[in-house]
Amino acid sequence: MSAALAAKRVSSVELTRQFLDRIRGLNGKLNAFITVDEEHSLGQALVADQRRAGKGGAAAPGPLTGIPIAHKDIFCTSGLRTTCGSRMLADYTSPYDAHVIERFDAAGAVQLGKTNMDEFAMGSSNETSHFGPVRNPWDATRVPGGSSGGSATAVAARMAPAATGTDTGGSIRQPAALTGVSGLKPTYGVVSRYGMIAFASSLDQGGPLGKSAADLALMMNAMAGFDARDSTSLERPAEDYGRELSLDLQGLRIGLPKEFFAEGVDADVRARVREAIQWFESQGAKTVELALPNTGLAVPVYYVLAPAEASSNLSRFDGVRYGHRARDYADLNDMYRRTRAEGFGTEVKRRILIGTYVLSHGYYDAYYLKAQKVRRLIARDFAAAFERCDLIMGPTSPSTAFPLGAKADDPVQMYLNDIFTIPAPLAGLPGLSIPCGFDGRGLPVGLQIMGNYFAEAKMLGAAHRYQQATDWHLRAPKETPL
Amino acid sequence: MSLTPDQLQRIALLARIEVGPEELQGVTERLNRVLGLIDQLQALDTQGIEPMSHPLDAHLTPPPRLRPDQVSEPARREAYQKGAPAVEQGLYLVPKVIE
Repeated sequence: MSAALAAKRVSSVELTRQFLDRIRGLNGKLNAFITVDEEHSLGQALVADQRRAGKGGAAAPGPLTGIPIAHKDIFCTSGLRTTCGSRMLADYTSPYDAHVIERFDAAGAVQLGKTNMDEFAMGSSNETSHFGPVRNPWDATRVPGGSSGGSATAVAARMAPAATGTDTGGSIRQPAALTGVSGLKPTYGVVSRYGMIAFASSLDQGGPLGKSAADLALMMNAMAGFDARDSTSLERPAEDYGRELSLDLQGLRIGLPKEFFAEGVDADVRARVREAIQWFESQGAKTVELALPNTGLAVPVYYVLAPAEASSNLSRFDGVRYGHRARDYADLNDMYRRTRAEGFGTEVKRRILIGTYVLSHGYYDAYYLKAQKVRRLIARDFAAAFERCDLIMGPTSPSTAFPLGAKADDPVQMYLNDIFTIPAPLAGLPGLSIPCGFDGRGLPVGLQIMGNYFAEAKMLGAAHRYQQATDWHLRAPKETPL
Repeated sequence: MSLTPDQLQRIALLARIEVGPEELQGVTERLNRVLGLIDQLQALDTQGIEPMSHPLDAHLTPPPRLRPDQVSEPARREAYQKGAPAVEQGLYLVPKVIE
């Protein structure tokens, strides 16, 4: 697409119009977008076209100039509403742009719209959004995964060429797997969280979703980098995330944790993932059996730490300075309690209550501190593993997309879905999901690739080599052009 | 660890979230299911292990980066208050607290 823009075979305005048309045609059914502003997008497309034509003294165009990108509605955008999928922020317009948004703007990308998401990024199915669930484009009776379900669906249904998402416990990788697209969670600290509405500050990372590893590399080149306004942002020399796309797979050591291939994984998922790993072996990679013994505790650790951090981060939503305020209240306390009861959905309230409890006096040591200790043990498991392998592979999710409403009754059932994606953010490690086939029902299966800290380029390289030899990532659901 | 509805109300108070009497039972039940999940952590001995709050603290040693104590942002009160629920003369309005 970038080449087509550069060659002037198509203009950004034409390209943006095409995607806006597709959104208009499909969004009623799939609900991937919360906010679309055609005038806003086309205005930016025009500016991009002028920049490509060398007019107006703008900076030289780059690969993303004129490319329409959809943004998860968790990134503050001053030109578009930012709702975080919540009634609490249903009419909120941010007075500033997130760092990630600034970077894409500087690159000349076009803001295509804000995508639907689980409320405040809490969920794995995109069913908790105040704006209604997102539907999986491969089967509209099923979930796309979450919390970046809107972004994943937008890419899968070709409503957007690429999108941004965030991943705290798997929220980029799992929806990527369930919708058959590629998604990357970078190493903690690589992408600035400034302007990215906070859920769990020691886990959250923004990252790209796209059709291919090559696209993800382009996105990362725009998104990554130091930002002084995020105190956890890392100062590192700039890198080209596409520099290892032609990775030599000969001798690459692929770690296979036995915990990721145990019971509880769908037979078809296990089969597709094994076939993908066999392909890497056919190219000279070597597999290494590993153990990550504390994997079984990753989900409980996460559901202590993430809600605890969320309870702190979401305390700012009190109806005073922005967002929803209850209409009737007796006094200040009442205003807080009703505002928050009305503004937050069930899952968000549940997690705030859990977080408040595990941080409360008398329970802090037994729960929060304990979970932080187990977190270190999990990180150590990976450190030991990466002494013996270069990349770790396994299924992204134990199952393919499940039906809407299937896990509504029992929150724990939903939480256990995240078993393979939760460990990476706990350890701060990068994780990638790419499509590796379909199950018997025609639903996408995702292969997860994890790497050591800052190994994104190598991970994308392995993925790119695989995508050059296979075409899973090119498949799109019926009713969509490629 | 299982909470009674009364204990849940106390937590709801701390969290400043109103939980109505009709939802209290259901909220307590579902919350207790999650507490059942996290109780699994008690089985592990973590004697002598340092808690980890920043995931890269062992790998890198990021010094807590502190910026100089200088004003670096322009005051954009009008822009910030544009979407506020109730504002008057640059102040956010809330119910009276002090009698």
